[in-house]
Amino acid sequence: MLQTSRHVRGIALALFSVCLMADAARADTLRIASTTSLDNSGLLAAILPVFTKQSGIKVHVIAVGTGQAIRLGRNGDVDMVLVHHRPAEDRFVKGGHGIGRTEIMYNDFVLIGPSGDPAGIKGRLITPALRRLAARKALFLSRGDRSGTHGREVSLWQRAGLTPWKIKSSWYRKAGAGMGRTLNMAAELRAHTLTDRGTWLSFRNRRSLAILVAGDPALNNIYAAIVVNPKRHPHIRVTKARALIAWLLSSDGRRRIAAYKVNGELLFKPIKR
Amino acid sequence: MSSTDSGFGAALSLLFSFDPQLWRIVLLSLQVSLIALAIACLMGLPAGAALAIGRFPGRRILIVLVNTMMGLPPVVVGLVVYLALSRAGPLGDLELLFTPTAMVIAQTILIFPIVTALTRQIIESAWTDTGEQLRALGAGRRQAMGTLLWETRGALATAAAAGFGRAIAEVGAVIIVGGNIAEHTRVMTTTIALETSKGNLALAIGLGIVLLLIALVLNGAIYSVREFGRDRQQIRLI
Repeated sequence: MLQTSRHVRGIALALFSVCLMADAARADTLRIASTTSLDNSGLLAAILPVFTKQSGIKVHVIAVGTGQAIRLGRNGDVDMVLVHHRPAEDRFVKGGHGIGRTEIMYNDFVLIGPSGDPAGIKGRLITPALRRLAARKALFLSRGDRSGTHGREVSLWQRAGLTPWKIKSSWYRKAGAGMGRTLNMAAELRAHTLTDRGTWLSFRNRRSLAILVAGDPALNNIYAAIVVNPKRHPHIRVTKARALIAWLLSSDGRRRIAAYKVNGELLFKPIKR
Repeated sequence: MSSTDSGFGAALSLLFSFDPQLWRIVLLSLQVSLIALAIACLMGLPAGAALAIGRFPGRRILIVLVNTMMGLPPVVVGLVVYLALSRAGPLGDLELLFTPTAMVIAQTILIFPIVTALTRQIIESAWTDTGEQLRALGAGRRQAMGTLLWETRGALATAAAAGFGRAIAEVGAVIIVGGNIAEHTRVMTTTIALETSKGNLALAIGLGIVLLLIALVLNGAIYSVREFGRDRQQIRLI
């Protein structure tokens, strides 16, 4: 009997400690949903501790695709989203789910593929490059996960007058995966895919993949912060979210974003004001 | 293959670097999965015993149901728990989403059927073997349950080990309800998924090896406790 009660006490203690961990985290924590590209690049892990030190506000980052990030925001499960798909962002704000969309920083998308460039698209603009991929039936991997990158890819194809996802084909394939996993698949299949530059630069399993198309203004990639509307979810920590946005826009925040490097290369540029 | 080779290297250097961040991840993995296991056992052992020798309507249907639930896809469990704990869900006010507690809940749901189903099977065969004896000694069904649970503790430990294995190896549920937040809800499996997506395959495999080593140590401990118990029993018989 004594033994059992000791066991029960042990279990209760362990349970309690986990709950404590959760509670301690909630009190002064800001919760943001960001795109995987921002998280995987290591930028947030590099600069957010500075913000925490200055403001005393801890930041929990949940890294998901833009579509899912916005869903988390709509459900009130995060205080702020940091995403990169304008049409989805506008819908989110128009629907009354988010307030104060603020552009924070940008980089660009790049089209990558086998470094030997079998389709002959290197150095072209994105529209002729995509048309050529389609004409040659060169293997292309789409994210296919309703992420910001997927949304951009779809609109780039449409600009080129193509909708390869509508026809059954062997060269256009949907990965249904995040950016990193799609890049792993592209490396394995020697396929082409669209990726943000941040994820590409910090990706370690490139094998024969290389950047084939970059620098086209149509490939710009803007990250914006949107606070979840407290009118829909009164528990949203609006003040803390605004404090983070203000810091990201401050000269200190902008300097740190601009200085962040992976493998010697700069990843993001703060929005010009 | 080179990834596997460097994976071993990565595992070794991980283990011997004593990187505090890594140990925090390992510790949280153990904490979450062991608590889930404890809760699943507290409920699953009696439930399994009741299913084995209890007499109540719907028992057969429950047995089939529990057996089916052993195959619950972790992602589905994760989604259901997410929908329940989300602010937009019925339990949103508890503020449990994206906490270790949410991960414990998801893993408990995942392994409760395993512990229950295996317990039922173990107790049922013990009941077939010794039921008559127990009844001759005047034991009621309730008493018999307690006795059988105690007598089959070695086999039940294996059932618990199966449940624990499922919990600690699972990624689909905890990544949804935990959110893989650094230093808060990041466990070994979600770290492996993250490093894979970054293309750090060697590090991912290294972490996988660390995970296996931990499971090895735990299962070794369970096995030796069991053997030790058996030795003692034999001594008593002599």
